[in-house]
Amino acid sequence: MSPILKVKNLVKNFGSTEVLKDINISIESGDFLVLVGPSGCGKSTLLNCIAGLEPISAGEVFIDGRNMTDVSPKDRDIAMVFQSYALYPTMSVAKNITFGMKVRGVDTETQKRKLAEVARQLQIEPELNRRPGQLSGGQRQRVAMGRALVRDPKLFLFDEPLSNLDAKLRVEMRTEIKRLHHDLGASMVYVTHDQIEAMTLATTIVVMKSGVIQQIGTPAEIYGRPQNLFVADFMGSPAMNLIKAKATKNGAGTKIEISRENSAPLILTDTQNTNLPENVILGLRPEDIAEASMRSGPQVQTATCLVDIVEPAGADTYVMSKLGGKEVTARLHAETGAQPGQLLEFAFDLGKVSYFEPETGQRLN
Amino acid sequence: MSDWLERHVPKMVLAPSFAAILLFVYGFIAWTGWISFTKSRLLPKYEIIGTLQYERLFISPRWDTALNNLFIFGALFIIISMILGLILAIMLDQKIRTEGVLRTIYLYPMALSMIVTGTAWKWILNPGLGIESVVRGWGYESFSFDWLVNPEYAIYTVVIAGVWQASGFVMALFLAGLRSVDEEIIKAAQVDGIPTSRIYSAIIIPSMAPIFLSSFIVLAHLAIKSFDLVIALTGGGPGYATDLPATYMYTMAFSRGDIGQAASSAMVMMLVVFAIVVPYLYSELRAKND
Amino acid sequence: MTDFISNPDAKHKSGKATKIALRWFLLLLLLIFALYYLMPLFVMVTTSLKSLEEIRTGSLVALPREVTFDAWKTAWSGACTGIQCQGLQPYFWNSILIAVPAVFLSTLFGAMNGYIIAHWKFKGANLIFSMMLFGCFIPFQVVILPMARVLGMMGLAGSIQGLIFVHVIYGLGFTTLFFRNYYVSIPGELVKAAKVDGAGFFRIFWSIFLPLSLPIIVVTVIWQFTQIWNDFLFGVSFSQAGTQPITVALNNIVNSTTGVKEYNVDMAAAIIAALPTLFVYVVAGKYFIRGLTAGSVKG
Repeated sequence: MSPILKVKNLVKNFGSTEVLKDINISIESGDFLVLVGPSGCGKSTLLNCIAGLEPISAGEVFIDGRNMTDVSPKDRDIAMVFQSYALYPTMSVAKNITFGMKVRGVDTETQKRKLAEVARQLQIEPELNRRPGQLSGGQRQRVAMGRALVRDPKLFLFDEPLSNLDAKLRVEMRTEIKRLHHDLGASMVYVTHDQIEAMTLATTIVVMKSGVIQQIGTPAEIYGRPQNLFVADFMGSPAMNLIKAKATKNGAGTKIEISRENSAPLILTDTQNTNLPENVILGLRPEDIAEASMRSGPQVQTATCLVDIVEPAGADTYVMSKLGGKEVTARLHAETGAQPGQLLEFAFDLGKVSYFEPETGQRLN
Repeated sequence: MSDWLERHVPKMVLAPSFAAILLFVYGFIAWTGWISFTKSRLLPKYEIIGTLQYERLFISPRWDTALNNLFIFGALFIIISMILGLILAIMLDQKIRTEGVLRTIYLYPMALSMIVTGTAWKWILNPGLGIESVVRGWGYESFSFDWLVNPEYAIYTVVIAGVWQASGFVMALFLAGLRSVDEEIIKAAQVDGIPTSRIYSAIIIPSMAPIFLSSFIVLAHLAIKSFDLVIALTGGGPGYATDLPATYMYTMAFSRGDIGQAASSAMVMMLVVFAIVVPYLYSELRAKND
Repeated sequence: MTDFISNPDAKHKSGKATKIALRWFLLLLLLIFALYYLMPLFVMVTTSLKSLEEIRTGSLVALPREVTFDAWKTAWSGACTGIQCQGLQPYFWNSILIAVPAVFLSTLFGAMNGYIIAHWKFKGANLIFSMMLFGCFIPFQVVILPMARVLGMMGLAGSIQGLIFVHVIYGLGFTTLFFRNYYVSIPGELVKAAKVDGAGFFRIFWSIFLPLSLPIIVVTVIWQFTQIWNDFLFGVSFSQAGTQPITVALNNIVNSTTGVKEYNVDMAAAIIAALPTLFVYVVAGKYFIRGLTAGSVKG
């Protein structure tokens, strides 16, 4: 079976600036692909290119095996949900949802049936005769979804659909989109700058920066094995600790040396990664640094560090200590007794460690 | 095919308008420019002979008067309209309860044709029956107000009528500008104990620089194009004392049958507008594209 | 406590008094200005209702002793423009015949152009817009000579159709500008959504943009109507005896040198010529002002 969406060597230029460089993506039917990256990385442009709303400068786009590169948006069998919802302001909710069918000449009976179906699914039946201007943000969001759902397309495209909602509603709608994806088994491409949204929704994440794909992978891969410093830093909150370190061969393992102010360097021994250059950047997620008593395992090593700042955050408490010239965050349980100025023994889980080349930023292990 | 059509429909719809503008604005400017360098008289000739027409223009005393008048009229018309407009706007900005009615009254002349305005003022300024006779009727027998028929002062009557017509419009522009100043800045100044007059002179008016500029552009543009007003009010007279470049051009084109002079005077008008409007449009368009 | 509210600060009582005096002074000034702006209209109306005899003997600012509508009748159907003495009536209809189609066509083209420039940008669209914008500002003297020849070549010289044509062409810049500035504030995502929904260029305009356009249509129609109704330069340059618009006829009546100068007829004629635009201004002043300011402050 051919992939539901395949983007091949896609290039997009605005004038002389290259905003998308050699993009290659392929997803299977039922996948939930999330394009994530900071603003200006080209993710929305890529989505518009997939929709056919922006002409591409080079490359090809296939949807369900058909070459759609020069096909206009209406014939690509897609539906799209926009950041501003883009509801037609002078039409009622019902008309908004059926407009696409009406334009395509679908008979009124089918229109009615599908409208009713979608309205029930999204619980917007009471709103059908109102205008978009009379709806709340969450209701508008649902109508926008309804307009896409009613079309029953091969591919759903979402352009930051939740970014105009307040925090609480955003989490609710996120769950709802996830449920819809599950119930419909539909294929979706979803653009967001919110890495938590990306992690929670995606089956496949594409991390982008400056028009270049940084990494494609499952959420677990992206989170656990970021391919470069950018991905490591961008995905996860609080961000991964990226610490300058010196690596030297030490028998079977590698001695990792991290400088500290007013104190002897922190020494760790990695027995798994033996082929490291001298200068590396060591990456450890905050949850992979814990209180010594709380974590054990073959790759866990302990060391005493000075506690700098303590930030309780409800479920967890973040503790910061200065290592390698930077504040390093450890995620401790809420009941920790850590106090600023105190010496505390930390456990570093080197089983989860990432190493990066400082110059290129590429992953080493 | 239908895809191709769809992609090119916007261009095809815009094309007639664009072609029209290209031909009837730019093509015509080029034609007039060309003619201004020929010795065309009653009929256009297309052989270029140099700047003869411009030389004729600038030695003509009538054109000299027209340019002088444009300068006097333009300067006074712009300055007085702006001052009056600003004063009215500031006064109206003091939360006056009857603001709506007053605004409507100040602005209605802008809805009138300049021919109507000219006709009305011609009557009011008529020395025998207008203001002069009113004041004399009050007992000031020696009062004299004969600017309309006095070659030296007639141009000022054009200023009076022009200001009457346009100052309300400037008021509307300034009032919109005053209202668009960030309220929080004004509140902050009030909290700081700055008196109202200082708030206006130091905060509000400086922030309206763009409005001053656009009023200036609009008024300057109106002044250069003023044709109807002069025709209706003074007919360019007495003699040609109130000629403006616009009336000069018209006289040359349609009464004197001197196409060469008409073309060269039109081109000079064009250049004056160009010098004022192009930098403005350029900055406006650039600001918008940023 | 209540006392405190009703009498905020006893010490500033005198300050409050000057404040009230200032406000009255301000109001007085504003009223004087209002009189200044109203005076010509007042003089026009009163003069038009007086008999010639009363004009000669009475005062400009006095109310008519005896109201007579004779001058209005003459102005409408009897006053002489040069050799013809049919009053303003035929020219009034000329102006209507010119203004209605010209307003309709220039608004229609402006709406399409603005729609394209705002939402269907193609290479060079910005340049085209700049060129159209500049077209708003040229002194029309610079196009009069060639236009007279082109109208002649097209067989439209001195005709109503010719004037309609001229007004449509030179109105395009402003109407395009109005619609373009209005449409850029409509989010582009709306167009994208409609494209994905399967709607094309005209469908999107018809179903989505047009229903949103009422305010800007009103502004544009008022602006164009006022401009065209009040036009004199094109009218006087491109019309002939039977096709003159009302402004030209008014000027001819006022400046006709035959017979006794009938000031009351002049004033009545001026009011008749001004009535349609005044009416529009009074009924839809808000939109009138919006057009004026949109035509001068861009963005």
